[in-house]
Amino acid sequence: MSITSAEIKPGKASLLYDPKIRGYAYQFLLLAVVGFLIWSAASNAIENLRAQKIASGFGFWHNASGFDVNQKLIPYDASTGTYGRAFWVGLLNTLLVASIGIVLSTFLGFFVGVARLSSNWIVSKIAMIYVEVIRNVPLLLQLFFWYNAVLKPLPNPRQSIVLPAGFLLNNRGLYVPDPQFGPGGNLIIWAFLIGLVATFVFRSWARKQQAATGKQYPIGLVALGLIVVLPTLVYFVTGRPISFVYPELAGFNLRGGIQIFPEFVALLVGLTTYTAGFIAEVVRAGILAVSKGQTEAANALGLRAGPTLKLVVIPQAMRVIIPPLTSNYLNLTKNSSLAVAIGYPDLVQVFTGTVLNQTGQAVEVVAITMAVYLTISLVTSLFMNIYNKRMALVER
Amino acid sequence: MKQIIGAALIAVSAAMCASGALAQSPTLAQVKNRGILHCGSGTGLAGFGIPDQQGNWSGMDVDVCRAVASAIFNDPTKVKFIPLSAKDRFTSLQSGEVDLLSRTTTWTLSRDTALGLNFAGVNYYDGQGFMVRKKLGIDSVLKLAGASICTQQGTTTELNLADYFRSNKIKYEVVAFASNQETVKAYESGRCDAFTTDASGLYAERLTLSTPEDHMVLPEIISKEPLGPVVRHGDDVWLDIVKWSLFAMINAEELGITKANADEMLKSDNPEIKRFVGTEGKFGEPMGLANDWAYRIVKHVGNYGESFERNVGSGSLLKIARGQNALWSKGGLQYAPPIR
Repeated sequence: MSITSAEIKPGKASLLYDPKIRGYAYQFLLLAVVGFLIWSAASNAIENLRAQKIASGFGFWHNASGFDVNQKLIPYDASTGTYGRAFWVGLLNTLLVASIGIVLSTFLGFFVGVARLSSNWIVSKIAMIYVEVIRNVPLLLQLFFWYNAVLKPLPNPRQSIVLPAGFLLNNRGLYVPDPQFGPGGNLIIWAFLIGLVATFVFRSWARKQQAATGKQYPIGLVALGLIVVLPTLVYFVTGRPISFVYPELAGFNLRGGIQIFPEFVALLVGLTTYTAGFIAEVVRAGILAVSKGQTEAANALGLRAGPTLKLVVIPQAMRVIIPPLTSNYLNLTKNSSLAVAIGYPDLVQVFTGTVLNQTGQAVEVVAITMAVYLTISLVTSLFMNIYNKRMALVER
Repeated sequence: MKQIIGAALIAVSAAMCASGALAQSPTLAQVKNRGILHCGSGTGLAGFGIPDQQGNWSGMDVDVCRAVASAIFNDPTKVKFIPLSAKDRFTSLQSGEVDLLSRTTTWTLSRDTALGLNFAGVNYYDGQGFMVRKKLGIDSVLKLAGASICTQQGTTTELNLADYFRSNKIKYEVVAFASNQETVKAYESGRCDAFTTDASGLYAERLTLSTPEDHMVLPEIISKEPLGPVVRHGDDVWLDIVKWSLFAMINAEELGITKANADEMLKSDNPEIKRFVGTEGKFGEPMGLANDWAYRIVKHVGNYGESFERNVGSGSLLKIARGQNALWSKGGLQYAPPIR
């Protein structure tokens, strides 16, 4: 292995000593080792599952499931349902509670975060107590609390609490009148959607006009007209085609109407209040990160407190807020898997619960579930990163 | 979630390690080496498997584990009970976390085949029933139309419920919980009109409610639930050990061998009893056990009838009649092959 001076070419080192080549070689070696480990683990698992005669593969997907789920957003029942269908039922329930939870916790979190910075002593202390209590109690306990707090005081269906507009509340959930669309009913939905789109178009036009000419337009009034008055007009013009099926007592439970399950409410309230506690702190951090000079400058320009917050502080605070906000959204989605404890049929409860148990295919079912959560998280991150790019400081 | 993933990882790693078949029972070797039997039990069901204030487990299912431990170690206390929920139990057994699962598990075809498990007999013949509040004023499951029904997920109960209501064309709402405790709590809080599980479980859970006298069990039994101990595929000798430990308890009752008279029976001239207590023949050897394995079981745990009466029968709060669980010679279904 000795190297004579003749072998060393002046000015050019041997490939063996080229740091770049060496780097690649090490990378390749590491990749090969990792690849081999994964491959051998997978092939061993498959081989031994076969040796123990445990079914493997994804053939179970189309097998009949034979169990029922109470809350389902797509048609599903035990007689025609498959494990694959049950997967979608669970996934949609997860997405439902996560998406509504994200929206609500954002509003609540911003509200509490701003309240904690309020100069009003009581308001800021209440916000502080909320944040400290919520953040320091395990979420699972909070879910148990909400589930029992929602359930226990409510009466049975025969003594339902009657709320205005045909709403009924009992320990089986909240019953909402079910709208039935007669002929022409679709027009109302279209009118509403058109009103919504038109409002957005008008708003961006009005803003451009204001930026160019300084003239202000009554955006709020126009929005009210387009979103509320227009569909109402269509409703009367088409001869009031929407009727409601009201929930009524039939046997043990109420029949008719849309049932909002207590498990869903408890999970939603638990996730929302818990995540809002964290978001509040993120918002507070974001606002405090904006230098006080900005507020003073805005005041010097004659802006009142409201516009100062809305136009000067928040836009700058958002740059600090968005990245940790994203991780809170991801946490909320992942925490929704605690639904299993209170009987809400989310993905984990239905799929890694009942389906895993019936099929016994732990490896496949858990792998699918992990892939699903990974996908949801990555998609959420993607959208938040796009939003973050738009909000980020534009360097000139 | 964490638990399941953990169990799955163990499953993968156990599957990776367990290569090559040994001639003798690898599970028995492992248990002997460890010095203690790992037994998957329920999360607390009176009469079948529940710890007392000192942490001592008792129950029908617990006795099966104690019988196996007695046969191996001549010591019924050398068992570690690992509480498993209905939905986690099979993963734990498959992955080798427990040597034996004995927790009111129904023997079905798919569990026996596709899940890679073997059932080692039936220690309790059960059927699924329903519990309701007396003030509902109903006397039949068929009158539960539109009712909310609480059940535990990952059980045959969940499937039978769907089958029964579907075939009788009755609408219902299922509320499924991961643990038995949560299920009972939800029923008690009024979330559900009815609670369904195996009939024996209903009697046991009814006693845990704050006012048991306000609740009743409906007469219908909607399914067959043969409950028994379960082991993994692939270790036939271990299956034999568990199976024959249970059979020994049933045979002991038939032969009239009890905890109290087991020592006297060592002097018996009856060839059947001599084979049982190991004074004749070498029946323990092929299983890797001592020849007085069956004697040890009866000495420490008692026979099947004793176990039944002590845990769920007249000696317990449950007061369940023998019914289908009487010996075959007394009109029941309990029948064990002979030891010879």
